[in-house]
Amino acid sequence: MEIRMEYYLVLSTIMMFAGIYGFFTRRNLLAMLISVELILNSADINFAVFNRFLFPGELEGFFFAMFAIGISAAETAVAIAIIINVYRNIRNIQVRNLKELKF
Amino acid sequence: MEYTLIIILLPLAMFLLLGLAGGRLAPRTAGLLGTAAMAAATAAAYTAAWEYFTQPRTGGVFPAVVPFDTVWLRFTQTLHIDLGILLDPISVMMLVVITTVSLMVHIYSFGYMKGERGFQRYYAFLALFSASMLGLVVAPNIFQMYIFWELVGVSSYLLIGFYYTKPAAVAASKKAFIVTRFADLGFLLGILTLSYWTGSFGFDVLCDPQAPAVASAAGRTFLGGSVLAWGLALCFVGGAGKSAMFPLHIWLPDAMEGPTPVSALIHAATMVVAGVFLVARLFPLYAAYAPGVLTGIACVGAFTALYAAAVATVQTDIKRVLAFSTISQIGFMMAGLGVSGMGGHAGTGYVGAMFHLFTHAMFKALLFLCAGAIIHTVHSNEMGAMGGLWRRLPLTHAAFLVACLAIAGIPFFSGFFSKDEILAACFAYSPAMGWFMSGVAALTAFYMFRLYYNIFWGRPAANLAEMHEAPAAMTVPLVILASITCVAGFIPFGEFVSSDGLPYRIVLDGGVAATSVVLALAGIGLATWFYADGRQRIPDGLAAALPRLHRAAANRFYIDNAWLFVTRRIIFDRVSAPLAWFDRHAIDGALDALARGAQGLSFVIRKFQSGNVQEYALVFLLGVLVITALAVFI
Amino acid sequence: MNFLSLFVFIPLAMIVLLGCCRSRTQLRAVMVAGSGALVALAATLTVLFLDARAAGDTAPMLFRADTVWYEALNIHYSVGVDGISVAMLLLSSIIVFTGTFASWRMETLAKEYFMWFCLLSVGVFGFFISLDLFTMFMFYEIALIPMYLLIGVWGSGRKEYSAMKLTLMLMGGSALLLLGILGIYFGAGGETMNLLDIARLHIPVEWQRVFFPLTFVGFGVLGALFPFHTWSPDGHASAPTAVSMLHAGVLMKLGGYGCFRVAVFLMPEAAAEQAWFFLILTATGVVYGALSAVVQKDLKYINAYSSVSHCSLVLFAILMLNTTAMTGAVLQMLSHGLMTALFFALIGMIYGRTHTRSIDQMGGLMRIMPFLAVAYVIAGLANLGLPGLSGFVAEMTVFVGSFARADLFHRIVTVAACTSIVITAVYILRVVGRLLYGKVLDPAHQKLTDATWDERLAVVVLIAAIAGLGLAPLWVSDMVREGILPIVQHLTANLL
Repeated sequence: MEIRMEYYLVLSTIMMFAGIYGFFTRRNLLAMLISVELILNSADINFAVFNRFLFPGELEGFFFAMFAIGISAAETAVAIAIIINVYRNIRNIQVRNLKELKF
Repeated sequence: MEYTLIIILLPLAMFLLLGLAGGRLAPRTAGLLGTAAMAAATAAAYTAAWEYFTQPRTGGVFPAVVPFDTVWLRFTQTLHIDLGILLDPISVMMLVVITTVSLMVHIYSFGYMKGERGFQRYYAFLALFSASMLGLVVAPNIFQMYIFWELVGVSSYLLIGFYYTKPAAVAASKKAFIVTRFADLGFLLGILTLSYWTGSFGFDVLCDPQAPAVASAAGRTFLGGSVLAWGLALCFVGGAGKSAMFPLHIWLPDAMEGPTPVSALIHAATMVVAGVFLVARLFPLYAAYAPGVLTGIACVGAFTALYAAAVATVQTDIKRVLAFSTISQIGFMMAGLGVSGMGGHAGTGYVGAMFHLFTHAMFKALLFLCAGAIIHTVHSNEMGAMGGLWRRLPLTHAAFLVACLAIAGIPFFSGFFSKDEILAACFAYSPAMGWFMSGVAALTAFYMFRLYYNIFWGRPAANLAEMHEAPAAMTVPLVILASITCVAGFIPFGEFVSSDGLPYRIVLDGGVAATSVVLALAGIGLATWFYADGRQRIPDGLAAALPRLHRAAANRFYIDNAWLFVTRRIIFDRVSAPLAWFDRHAIDGALDALARGAQGLSFVIRKFQSGNVQEYALVFLLGVLVITALAVFI
Repeated sequence: MNFLSLFVFIPLAMIVLLGCCRSRTQLRAVMVAGSGALVALAATLTVLFLDARAAGDTAPMLFRADTVWYEALNIHYSVGVDGISVAMLLLSSIIVFTGTFASWRMETLAKEYFMWFCLLSVGVFGFFISLDLFTMFMFYEIALIPMYLLIGVWGSGRKEYSAMKLTLMLMGGSALLLLGILGIYFGAGGETMNLLDIARLHIPVEWQRVFFPLTFVGFGVLGALFPFHTWSPDGHASAPTAVSMLHAGVLMKLGGYGCFRVAVFLMPEAAAEQAWFFLILTATGVVYGALSAVVQKDLKYINAYSSVSHCSLVLFAILMLNTTAMTGAVLQMLSHGLMTALFFALIGMIYGRTHTRSIDQMGGLMRIMPFLAVAYVIAGLANLGLPGLSGFVAEMTVFVGSFARADLFHRIVTVAACTSIVITAVYILRVVGRLLYGKVLDPAHQKLTDATWDERLAVVVLIAAIAGLGLAPLWVSDMVREGILPIVQHLTANLL
């Protein structure tokens, strides 16, 4: 069976909306972070897929995906650091309780 | 005659010296320096007068000399303020008057102000005043006159407020300055009007009715009057303020809070006649283009003369009596100018006014200096504390009597000749005016002798034994001024000063002279009858019979109260205070409300900033969707 | 480099040097050296300028220099001076110099204070030498912003409120001004920001009608244009002494200067058309400020309202649109700058001793501190226009100039403005009488001391300048008029 491009795109779309849904509905910072990762990864899949199917000879898409993975790794590290610090301060990582910086 | 410059520069230099370094000088040194400078200026003024009046006449008149003139401030090519010196008959006459009286006061103050705190400051202010007054009279243009006009106002302010810890003196100085300043506004507007239409500040243009600029301006009218008449009327307002004409006279009686020699110099002899001098200076223009204004001046002068004389009859403070007497006498001068015409016999009023200015300066300064000598020993201004003083102060008594006779218009004293000229001019103008002024002259004799009797005769004062004659520094000026008062009437004044400059022989009008002498004697007689015995039965009876009139006169006919009402109740309470409130609450309030409005709006807007990151993300997503939709479907 | 730029670089260098200072003595040394250098520079400039004029150099602006600094919009750093700017530079340098001595004993955060003070000076000097609209505007803003901190940090009383109010109102003015400047720029074809070049181009009258009021009001807010003057009483009352001096003495002049250098000069038709409206506002301001001052009790409020009155007279004279009145406007700026700086300096010195500014709580200071009291009287006399001091010269020039407009409307507003000389006398003498004369009210005041040497120096310099301007006004007035003449010629040329 040939694996067509659309299959990948459907997968990435599902991942993307799962991520968005998760980002909106989860109240736990870690869960929100995982949702963000899902969104980012869906974009990475798209880069790879488009490169593979539309421009087979080129490598830009792969590189871009690599960059995005690198950045998301860094971002995750920062985010987790923040979350840990938040936890240390308020013993809690529920997003509703973070009101210190409001206004 | 460039040396006339030092007449002004010497006192000015003395002001700077004593003002800046006075504190380091001994009081005696400071006083001597000031007096020496004034003496030198006096000598220079006399020399100038001698030189000026002995020069040959050209075309029958003494030509005006401008020994010094420099541009001080330029507005346009033609309109510029110059500082300079103009010598003509009236300015030279004024130079003599001012330097003489000023020198006398300088000497007198040595005794009077001895031991006072701020002796050096006093002499500095005297020098400033002398310099400004001299600058005023020699001004070759009307703006220089205004400059020095303001300066004499300030020196008067400083000297009235000399005893600055005394609230009454502070209030009086403030009142004097503000009232005259109010009048000066009129003067300034007058200057602006005249200079705008004639294109010049110089008296060479402004005193020449034939000058083309003046003649062309004469045709212009504004609200029914010619612009020149408006300008001249406004100038008179300034003159009326300085010369204490009704109803701007209110500052002068209060100005008596200053040291008595200052009252003699500024508020009797020199500064207060500046208004008369101003009218005299511009007289050719008044006579040619503003006869209506002259009539007004005559009426104001006559009314003021009567008003002040009436008030003077009931005052009990001797300096106030003299102050009102000054106002009344200046009223005479103004009336004299007002009824005068140009040239020859028609100009009698002008000659009379100038002559009276001259003689009045001498005898009124004398009166004030005598009053100073009395106050010096009595330590009070009130008549009640005096009486029978002739025995203890014979010299002062003699001088005072001479001055009283002069002001009452008894023949052969100086006041007789000059007042007679004015009365003659008034009779020539209209009999009603003549009789009116003669009546005021009788009243003058009455109140002056009331003063005289109350001080020197009557019931002896309680501590008469402790009183003594003043020191020589004070009596010498009295003697000098008294001698001048005795002989000044015989000066052929009309030879030197007249409305058109041509020599004018003063002829005594027998009828007028007889009338005025009879009236003066009647006034003196009445005063003798009323006051000589010191029991004051008749005056007290009169006061009891006419309580309202007496109270009104004692309260100066409530003019001060009226002014006070206008300033306190209306300007302060009804205008300024509401304005200040309006500024703080309405204008500023509106701006604050604007700021509060912005703040309120931002309180509303900040609700969107809930702090919930998921809400932000939702809005963000919606935005993305909308933009995508727009991009796709449009 | 053109030597005019030194006016900007000296204060900049002062900021750097102040940053390196480690002690109060060093701070003082830098400030005295720097502000002294500025005075010397301004004096030199005056001499050079007069020399050049005497030698027959009739270019409208002398000592020109020009560098592009933002090519895309053709913005230049363009400098040059005429008689007006020279006069204003002289004024500013004197005020900065005396302001240094007035804040000689600044205790808190002295280094930062002086740094901001210098930054303010950068803006002021830059503004007066600039010929490029945008650069001018930039310096204008540089002069305004430090004010917020200077009042907010070093002020007294309701300082945060005042600082905020002052900054917001002036920024509001700046916003209008920026619109006005953009209007001028695009109205003149959008090619040049240079004042002289724009003057040669013609801005369409329809544009002028819109942008003249924006520009005039924009500058007018700083020049205390009624009814946008209310920042002034609060701002002055809260500001520290030297800042009050600099603000009332120089900064408010930026408004007046801008009004004719930019608004009237570049948009003459609209100026002539709309002058009547602003004349009513300014004449109201003259009388209104004076009347409001009459009933105030706080010394600084009295002086602030008096400033409103005097600064309104500046704008009033500008709107008379003739040479004499506009010369008077510049003289009034000089005179008011010096007088009001002296006033604020003295008020600061008195306040520093008695710790009150209410005239109800003081009295008889003449006995206690004669030097300050006499100086106060002199300042007062200058303020009420005593001949021989600067106020008289300025006011008379304004009045004579205004009287040259002979129609009834101009006559009425002129007479109304003239009445201020009486009201001024009322409030000045009221203060002098209450504050200095009479008996000492508070026994605690008996122990107070008179001025120290640094205070005396500041006061004497200012009095000397006031008397100098008042006694020998001719050269200043002639120098200023030469600067005014091209503006008026430009005006009349465009109106005919």
